[in-house]
Amino acid sequence: MASWDWQLYCTDMVTEEVAPKCFGAPGYETYLDAMIHGWGWTMFVSVVGLLVALVAGSLIGVLRTVPNRKLAMFGESWTELFRNIPLIVQVFIWYHVVPRLFPVLDLPPTILVVIAIGLFTSARVAEQVKAGILTLPKGQRYAGQALGLTLPQTYRHVLLPMAFRIVIPPLTSESMNIVKNSAVAFAVSVPELAQFALQASEQSSFVQIFLPVTLLYFVSAYAINRVAKGIEWYVRVPGILGAK
Amino acid sequence: MKKALLVLALGAALVGVAQADTLKKIKDTGSVTMGVRESSGALSYTLGDGKYVGYHVEICQKVLGDVQKQLGLSKLDIKYLPVTSQNRVPLVQNGTVDIECGSTTNNMTRAKDVAFAVTTYVEEVRIAVKADSGITSIAQLNGKTVATTTGTTSVQLLRKHERANGVDFKEVLGKDHADSFLLLESGRADAFVMDGQILAGNIAKSRNPAGFKIVGEVLSVEPIAIMVRKDDPAFKKAVDDSIKGLMKSGEIAKLYDKWFTQPIPPTNTKVGLPATAATKDAWANPNDKPVEEYAKK
Repeated sequence: MASWDWQLYCTDMVTEEVAPKCFGAPGYETYLDAMIHGWGWTMFVSVVGLLVALVAGSLIGVLRTVPNRKLAMFGESWTELFRNIPLIVQVFIWYHVVPRLFPVLDLPPTILVVIAIGLFTSARVAEQVKAGILTLPKGQRYAGQALGLTLPQTYRHVLLPMAFRIVIPPLTSESMNIVKNSAVAFAVSVPELAQFALQASEQSSFVQIFLPVTLLYFVSAYAINRVAKGIEWYVRVPGILGAK
Repeated sequence: MKKALLVLALGAALVGVAQADTLKKIKDTGSVTMGVRESSGALSYTLGDGKYVGYHVEICQKVLGDVQKQLGLSKLDIKYLPVTSQNRVPLVQNGTVDIECGSTTNNMTRAKDVAFAVTTYVEEVRIAVKADSGITSIAQLNGKTVATTTGTTSVQLLRKHERANGVDFKEVLGKDHADSFLLLESGRADAFVMDGQILAGNIAKSRNPAGFKIVGEVLSVEPIAIMVRKDDPAFKKAVDDSIKGLMKSGEIAKLYDKWFTQPIPPTNTKVGLPATAATKDAWANPNDKPVEEYAKK
């Protein structure tokens, strides 16, 4: 095996010269600069996509459990639509098809990818939120309404606080998945980490580029896992769901 | 025991000689192995069923015809062996392939391991734009979006030009050539920078070939040549002489037209890339200069 060349990361990607500083030297773009830049895009797509997924997913998940049949049907259709089409196909539809049909939606590619990944994941989040709500005994809903709370109030103060606590573990997995799924953005020319890896490795060394990129993906997903664990611990209710 | 060793040593010496002397190997075995590519544009590609065709494949067939005459062989069996970018140099080096007819750039790194025949094709990196865009040079790309393909040398080249000329454009990388072309076609990019042959091929295959143009400066020039074993001057001379003969008689220009401007199998579409000035220059003044010497000009 070839020896590990640490200097590669401080080398300019265009001129192959060694930069005075490994990171952020003006007038240079080192392999390290480009990798961090690519990672920035990966995290942007993941984090914003996750926000879209959580907001839309929670809303749809709640709709699927309300007594109103039409609203519930809407929620069900949403979930089935976004759950039964492969992610890469959804990304292509948002990128290639939607802007042609609706010129208003001719947005920057990054935004379209965020929407695609966000809505794809929202279906999965909705499924979990619904499961969380249905886990609660029916009596809780009736008790809330017997107390004179309106339906929204029942959800806000009685059902959702417990339902969300129950589904934190599967939501954590979903949040980690979105970091890994963000690599499909490469297919529509978003300059994220996977694209960096393919270009940079072709110019230099496959081993020396793919190993740190793999590590970055791992660290990013694991960081989300730790944050979620922290939230789970912070909002625990003593005596319930195994919390002490 | 000693005798056996002697025989072994003798055998090894014979094999060694046979490998260094390709002409003798061809004469003794009555066969030759041609390295070809599965899909290197019109230079060398497969039609399936072990059939290989293309500009370089046809040149090699003519060259081997001359070699057969030179050796006075009544029959020469040509074996075709598909090679890849990764294994082509080692296979020529170790004697598996006698003559590689693909799309190999003649550069100084490779010249340490193998030899190149005189350059038969010069690749130019160019800019493709929409015909109605009004763009005619790289300077006009200032502030525009430029597409190229992930994992190619064009990416580095493009960035180099951007810095050297102080032009500031937005770079967008397609995942493959077809994807990069789609970026241009759909208007997400204003230009597509790539090898001229690939640009021409994509334009030819598009829905509206008249809607695109190849314009502007040549961003880089790369001599593409047929590869043979190093340190085998007799075989290299035989190959070079044969190719120079094609160049002198003008037959090479006809071969070029057949593969690059006429409809070619399997779909009978045209690549539509007339010979460039650089390619014609290589035919007029046969040489085996590596890419580094082209860059100096």
